[in-house]
Amino acid sequence: MIAPVAIFGIGNRSRGDDAVGPLLLDRLRRWLESRGLAGGFDLFEEYQLQVENALDLEGRELALFIDARLDGGRPVTLEPVAGLDEAAAGSSHSLPPGAVLNVYRRVTGRTSPPAFALGVRAERFELGEGPSDVARDAMEKAWELLESLAGDPRTQSWRARVSTIR
Amino acid sequence: MTYGLETAEHPEKLKRVAIDPVSRVEGHGKVTILLDDDDKVRQVRLHVVEFRGFERFIQGRPYWEVPVMVQRLCGICPVSHHLAASKAMDMVVGTKRLTPTAEKVRRLMHYGQMLQSHALHFFHLCSPDLLFGFGSEAARRNIVGVAAAHPETARRGVALRRFGQEVIRITAGKRIHGTGSIPGGVNKAVTREERDALLADAYDILSWSRDAVGLVKQLHGQDPALYNSFGVFRSAMMSLVAPDGGLDFYDGRLRARDEAGAILFDQVDYRDYRSRIREEVKPWSYMKFPFLAELGAEKGWYKVGPLARVQNCDHIPTPLADAERREFVDYAGGSPIHAPLAYHWARMIEMLHAAETIKDLLHDDDIVGDDLVSTGERAREGIGVIEAPRGTLIHHYRVDDDDLVTMCNLIVSTTHNNQAMNEAIRHVAKRYLSGHKLTEGLLNHIEVAIRAFDPCLSCATHALGQMALEVTLVGADGAELDRLARHGDGTTTRPAP
Repeated sequence: MIAPVAIFGIGNRSRGDDAVGPLLLDRLRRWLESRGLAGGFDLFEEYQLQVENALDLEGRELALFIDARLDGGRPVTLEPVAGLDEAAAGSSHSLPPGAVLNVYRRVTGRTSPPAFALGVRAERFELGEGPSDVARDAMEKAWELLESLAGDPRTQSWRARVSTIR
Repeated sequence: MTYGLETAEHPEKLKRVAIDPVSRVEGHGKVTILLDDDDKVRQVRLHVVEFRGFERFIQGRPYWEVPVMVQRLCGICPVSHHLAASKAMDMVVGTKRLTPTAEKVRRLMHYGQMLQSHALHFFHLCSPDLLFGFGSEAARRNIVGVAAAHPETARRGVALRRFGQEVIRITAGKRIHGTGSIPGGVNKAVTREERDALLADAYDILSWSRDAVGLVKQLHGQDPALYNSFGVFRSAMMSLVAPDGGLDFYDGRLRARDEAGAILFDQVDYRDYRSRIREEVKPWSYMKFPFLAELGAEKGWYKVGPLARVQNCDHIPTPLADAERREFVDYAGGSPIHAPLAYHWARMIEMLHAAETIKDLLHDDDIVGDDLVSTGERAREGIGVIEAPRGTLIHHYRVDDDDLVTMCNLIVSTTHNNQAMNEAIRHVAKRYLSGHKLTEGLLNHIEVAIRAFDPCLSCATHALGQMALEVTLVGADGAELDRLARHGDGTTTRPAP
């Protein structure tokens, strides 16, 4: 039985703010288990997205990618993920979420599930450091949003929350 | 053989080009090229910063944590670090010989890692360049572009990578941050159900791996002049080999050959690596330059990885891969092949060997055994050496009486290949860039040469999907003359100076 929702926490726990994705995933796992909701979600921790993550999307109704964001903008963003075409993938070593969706479409021949990206503001990625104060503050705000998304895992509900924060 | 472009006579009078991938973690590489007034290349250097702060990160940790902790250093081949550290810690806990189950489960994990890493490297890092051409449109040179133009190749690449990851998940416990290998052995065997699930796919994987060797041979055959000459330089080679001289990724003894293929040393206990390998420091790079003590710093640099391993061994202990090895060796008429693009051919032969070995191990009942750990007299020092996907990986630790790590030394494959990569890009710069106006396609030639050795240089772990590249051309007076930028979205622009 495939869980309808796939959530990816992207990052390296030992590189400062890069840990925000995995740390939010930990908190979400505890929250889901405490409410008996774990069966509806598959959680994936990844250093970076790769082509095989396309296959993790099979049979899903919704997908969420949680990642650190270095652009210095708002603490938390929620954006829909559009499939990236060939001109926009940029790198072949790690893939942005949109390119993963595109690989899914090309490899399976099916439409990819609706997907969203939860960006958490970050500033430092040094080896062996914990998250910075900036990232910790952003993580708290991100958790409020993540909790509401997990409590109502429907596409229209997630779409209604797109970038209303933050 | 060198190209004499390491240090120009009057660098202050030359124009400077810097290729500087914007990356924030391990594998930050930068290439600087100095040009004279006629745009002739006079100096080329590859600078690398890697594994910053690693020793500090590990020192003070309990030794049993290390095989898990080291996986966080690299998102591309964490299993190699996991196993090299485990082998070092086997010495610390006094293990003289692993149980058959422990050794075979570790081998299964490692060969799964080799398969998935080689599939990633070839299908997703290099095939875009090889299938579309080095100077083709930048926006097309990526895996999504491959998926569009060669859907079956891309599908198999995904499936090969996925299978290798599944072998790792089953043997290590998780896809990343696995805990399966511990000092003295493993903490779990493979269940019969897991084995059967892997066997269901193992024969397709084997067949596709054979086809992959065929694909890379076809590419060589289509343009032998390019494949045999691009970035070519001659050097010594080093790798582990089994006691019978066979290819072995997991264990063995050190063997090195000179540039003509003659054996320099053989069956050297890897715990004596410091007597055979010395390291030179150069003021312009953070990364050391290892060399073979027998040959000295000037001539003793060497290459590691698939090209070295496939030619250093006497045979490959699986039949299909060994037949391909013989064909590879015959291709050069008995002389060693030094062309960097031949790394891809050798890499696919190794992937085939990994697929054959995984299939054989899955039929071995030892992997479902229950004798998992052996220990002996506690020691204060441990050295573990393994053939990682990109080459020889050395982990060396000292542990105090409180079980805490007091010293850590790593020599990773990127470091072994440091001088070799420098020589390759000097050749490419001289052949393709000298006297020409800079273009993105020309600069990609430099990256193609680097990627043949080690993809971690041109991309960082978890780089938020970016692989930006900025090149600036600065005159001798410091004024910016030209600038070329490739952005994270794949577009290239030439901002005004």
